[in-house]
Amino acid sequence: MTQAVTLPTRRDEAYRYADLTALEPLWPVPVQDIRVAAGEHGALAVILDGANDTAQDIAITLEDGAEFDLRLLNAGSAYGRLSVTVTLGKAAKFHLGAAQIAGGDQTVEVVTQVIHAEPDAISTQVVRSVLAGHATGTYLGKVAVARGAIGTDGSQSIRAMLLDRTATANARPELEIYADDVKCAHGCAVGELDPQSLFYLAQRGLPPAEAKKLMLQAFIAEAFVGAADEEALTDTALKALEAML
Amino acid sequence: MLNIQNLSATIADKQILKGLSLTINAGEIHAIMGPNGAGKSTLGYTLGGRPGYEVTGGSATLDGVDLFDLEPHERAAAGLFLGFQYPVEIPGVSFVQFLRESANAQRKARGEAPLSGGEFLKLAKEKAALLRMDMDMLKRPVNVGFSGGEKKRAEMVQMGILDPKLAILDETDSGLDIDALRICGEGINAIMRKPNKAVLLITHYQRLLDYVKPDFVHVLAGGRIVKTGGAELALELEEHGYEAVAA
Repeated sequence: MTQAVTLPTRRDEAYRYADLTALEPLWPVPVQDIRVAAGEHGALAVILDGANDTAQDIAITLEDGAEFDLRLLNAGSAYGRLSVTVTLGKAAKFHLGAAQIAGGDQTVEVVTQVIHAEPDAISTQVVRSVLAGHATGTYLGKVAVARGAIGTDGSQSIRAMLLDRTATANARPELEIYADDVKCAHGCAVGELDPQSLFYLAQRGLPPAEAKKLMLQAFIAEAFVGAADEEALTDTALKALEAML
Repeated sequence: MLNIQNLSATIADKQILKGLSLTINAGEIHAIMGPNGAGKSTLGYTLGGRPGYEVTGGSATLDGVDLFDLEPHERAAAGLFLGFQYPVEIPGVSFVQFLRESANAQRKARGEAPLSGGEFLKLAKEKAALLRMDMDMLKRPVNVGFSGGEKKRAEMVQMGILDPKLAILDETDSGLDIDALRICGEGINAIMRKPNKAVLLITHYQRLLDYVKPDFVHVLAGGRIVKTGGAELALELEEHGYEAVAA
């Protein structure tokens, strides 16, 4: 399966903040299909840490009672995009933990569509972005609850830290609910490192880059809590952070 | 050790320090007292290099090195420690990690070998015990959930581990109960009362000076030092107030 052959424009909501110039040679992006059978568990860690522009598109179907744990480290030195569509069956569970680290003129983005098609499914999304220079980091995430999908529990926790005033964070959590008796929560925050804390750390002898890294590591680590390869993902993220600071 | 000449500093274009001069020699303990808004904390922050505190005139040297030529972390490595009146809480970062990285960053800047994990823990345990602090508290995030007294004791543990030449302690006695005040006072003496070190205590009250006996007491008012005396000056201030004594 591939997407439409025509290159998207800024009018397409899912591509509004994309780096279309970088996307063009990658288009059309093939869709990777993943299907998890009823009651089975699946997991995938996507690590975009190369020097080439990358776009990935994943479609995940979770049958009744299936579970999937998706992690993303979007920390390459070029355009990085992950688009994921998840369809949850009855009582299925989906978790996304994503960290995006970008500087320079880079664009990084994660676009999700989580469809609660049947009752009692749970989806959780945690996205942490650290953006410096003129970088743009985007999260566009829709949680769609179908008619009759009662007992749905969907949550989105989206946070971005801007290291420079010239960086941009876009965060758009979106809910589309056609059922009663559902629980959907979203939290969204964009901030910068507390200058008082940075001075405190500096006064104890930490150079600015080390002080920032120390403060950001806990922030980034939240994306990888509970992952099978939590330590490896966190280490790789910290290395990317170090290289950028 | 510390030589401040005619120092002027502003915060948001407001002149706070107006030609302050002060010399502290190795082995000495000085106390600065003064009314609210006199510029006591500003002096500490200006010497520490806090963003927003702008030096508009004068100089400050630590063992001959111009402090204002250095970034805040370089001043720390040069031997300056600032004890904060309100220590900052940093969620998600443990004291142990923060202090080990800080100590080793200072050592690196001075061209010394880093402390190993074992060496650092031994040092941290020794200093925590000095301040009667449980090591478990140092495994927690920096200052998060600490009481006012615990934060101040943690500041002294940090001072013990970082082993500075000069400590400027900004109202270390505020927020302390009687026992914690004595423990902090004894900690300051144990860590800093040495021939090659010096302390500048910034305080409102005589009570800390019962434990840490100063060699000199200065009154800071209107952005400059208006009176200097011995330990007895603090008692005189306590009895008669700033206005009467410093007038």
